[in-house]
Amino acid sequence: MSEFKLMKGNEAMAEAAILAGCDAYFGYPITPQSEVLEYLAREMPKHNRIVMQAESEVASINMVYGAAGAGFRAMTSSSSPGISLMQEGISYIAGAELPCLIVNVNRAGPGLGTIQPGQGDYFQSTKGGGHGDYKMIVLAPASVQEMADFVFLGFDLADKYRNPVLMLSDGAIGQMMEKVQFKPYTRPETDKSSWATTGKPRTRNRNYITSLHILPEKMEIHNLKLEEKFKKIRENEVRLEEMNTADAEYLFVAYGLSARICQKAMDIAREKGIRIGLLRPITLYPYPYRRLLELAGQVKMMLSVELNSGQMVEDVRLAVEGKVPVEFYGRMGGMMPTPEEIVHHLETLIQYHHAN
Amino acid sequence: MPTDQHVLPETDLIIPACHKEEEEEYEVVYHKPATLVDANMHYCPGCAHSLVHKLIMEVVEELNIQDKTVGVAPVGCSVFAYDYMDIDMQEAAHGRACAVATGIKRLMPDKYVFTYQGDGDLAAIGIAETLHAINRGENILIVFMNNAVYGMTSGQMAPTTLAGMHTTTSPDGRDVSFYGAPIKVAELMANLPGSFYVTRQAVNSANAVRKTRKALMNAFKYQQLHKGTCLVEIIGNCPSNWKMTPVEAVKFIDEEMVKTFPLGDIKVPNTEDLKIF
Amino acid sequence: MNSINDCRKPEELIVAGFGGQGVLSLGMTLAYAGMVENKEISWMPSYGPEMRGGTANCIVIISDNKISSPILSQFDSAIVLNQPSMDKFAPRIKPGGLLLYESGNIFKPSIRTDIDIIGIPATTEALKMKNTRTMNMIMLGAYLQLKPVVQNDSILEALAKVLPEKYHHLLPINRQALELGETLARQLKEPVS
Repeated sequence: MSEFKLMKGNEAMAEAAILAGCDAYFGYPITPQSEVLEYLAREMPKHNRIVMQAESEVASINMVYGAAGAGFRAMTSSSSPGISLMQEGISYIAGAELPCLIVNVNRAGPGLGTIQPGQGDYFQSTKGGGHGDYKMIVLAPASVQEMADFVFLGFDLADKYRNPVLMLSDGAIGQMMEKVQFKPYTRPETDKSSWATTGKPRTRNRNYITSLHILPEKMEIHNLKLEEKFKKIRENEVRLEEMNTADAEYLFVAYGLSARICQKAMDIAREKGIRIGLLRPITLYPYPYRRLLELAGQVKMMLSVELNSGQMVEDVRLAVEGKVPVEFYGRMGGMMPTPEEIVHHLETLIQYHHAN
Repeated sequence: MPTDQHVLPETDLIIPACHKEEEEEYEVVYHKPATLVDANMHYCPGCAHSLVHKLIMEVVEELNIQDKTVGVAPVGCSVFAYDYMDIDMQEAAHGRACAVATGIKRLMPDKYVFTYQGDGDLAAIGIAETLHAINRGENILIVFMNNAVYGMTSGQMAPTTLAGMHTTTSPDGRDVSFYGAPIKVAELMANLPGSFYVTRQAVNSANAVRKTRKALMNAFKYQQLHKGTCLVEIIGNCPSNWKMTPVEAVKFIDEEMVKTFPLGDIKVPNTEDLKIF
Repeated sequence: MNSINDCRKPEELIVAGFGGQGVLSLGMTLAYAGMVENKEISWMPSYGPEMRGGTANCIVIISDNKISSPILSQFDSAIVLNQPSMDKFAPRIKPGGLLLYESGNIFKPSIRTDIDIIGIPATTEALKMKNTRTMNMIMLGAYLQLKPVVQNDSILEALAKVLPEKYHHLLPINRQALELGETLARQLKEPVS
């Protein structure tokens, strides 16, 4: 096994990109993830890879489009306002079915917001973000180790489904340091020769990358094909982590940084005798609806804890089909709830539901 | 494979029948380049696009670089360029062709990469991507089709619309005190150190077509030098949106367009750089 | 994930002061030393405008078990290097915890009686060493004397990793600073009843 390193989440993600065989990174500086571009500007040339500071996030994502369309492993990263600028490009990438990795180190918004961590981009990430019918596979790391691991996983999933993959992190996971280990990685074989624009030899038809299907009949066929793909993704790629759910009477549902804070809250609550578990969705799309429905038959209440005004809670409610009360607790604007604060809120809710 | 997708439905055009036996009796003096797809183009009669498509494909055929060429289509009338050019192509979002081409060329520096963009695509929504690609000296060719009007959305004012020119969004003529003067893209971009060869041509006469073909040929060849961006601006005829007959449109270029957009080379490589040819 | 009940107690520390006082590198050195000893660690900085001379802080957690929240509101220990940090974090130390402060910068230490409060004149001592930037290492040395969460050797190994190579000529003076801090803490520590 390789040795442990102490790294920021952003740096671990950047190093993982190199190890995952990322051919090209295009980015634009924005706090709290400028380390990624800085790290890669230093390291990528040593590996004969392409790294470029683009003139905008709009240009970055379209450079990714070009490189991915030519069959290369390409990625970009940014933070919320920059990711908003990329939405047009992401929609085109999804429409043209190009595999690539996009990382959002989420900060609090709306607008310019603040540079502190947030989870306000949940809807944007999981429900489409740009125009048209499409979905990205969304991976939510909760540690520096996962920021690295999900780069490998993200690229592989992108290639497997010819679909953009979004890693939805946040400012805290990006900026914090933990130890990280880069495991040996074998890249799955993928054949892109049937679509990548590498120059047309006489022996094959021309390849072209487009998201344009001007005839409604053909557009619908394309939409149906995409939907078929998203169905496969929903069936095969749900990932989650459960803690203390075996005997749980109550359940925290939280992802990323919120899940880490909830772990501590869970420990405190369990010391007080509250049997609470934690379900951490690792994939935010596809979402673990099925498992949440199962747990709805077991627990008395679910509490979704988020760094926003209540976004993922809608998916939790959708999952449990009204079988169990679903509550929400969140902080915004770059503020983070303390574990004690969450436990206090949990206790209040338990009392309320007990009384009713 | 995508070849059969997106091809426009058969129209009612009558294609004259050819008899093979007859053909054999004649000497072939002209043939369509094999790099051009045998499809009916959707362009209007008298439009410059079909002609310029053909010229680019002739150059690709003559240089024998079909397997080394990747094109980038814009959003605009030529959005379907990939239906007609028998090469690998990518269709970019509106204005982003130069960013897409950057992504392609940086990963495949030995390929010939070109964008094909109209005035709205390049000079309005995509001016930032274009300027920065040229400033970086991306070794790509930008074919800039300037017809002073938005074609696909049928005749709105473009950044290159002539002063006083009537469009659907400047019904009283372009008021330069309100909208500014038309952008002279070639002159603007020639100022950037990253540009290597900048020229403005037209295709409204046999002579102009020959010059444009020569410019495109040079620009493709220059990519081998890795010396910077080539920009070939082509004044395109747009009789439909200029509300003219094709013949009137041809005249309009000579009589009006060239006053704002004079034809000719704006930046040429020095002979030292061209020694290898 | 184990519940907190079956872990050995982790150390939850906040380091706070002005940007430029070496707050983040103090925490990072400690975190690195934890990693050298195969412990679980997290280092969570405040980031942003603070980096440009405002207040800076980082939370360091060192544990034998996997760490849950990297963000905390209550701490076992605090190392504070300026008055605003003293005012902000002294109330957030758990009863029985340790509050270590730089006494040259802080004139109004906390009046809590349920925690250990120790002032170290690290700036004065650093001036004597003719290198004010060793102030943070004097504080770290003092902290480790009072809370030996990692071994000395690990800290020295960590220093070599945290300091960029071009500053490796400064390793000896940092080492001296650490030792000085330990000595000062030994001399100053008086049990608070």
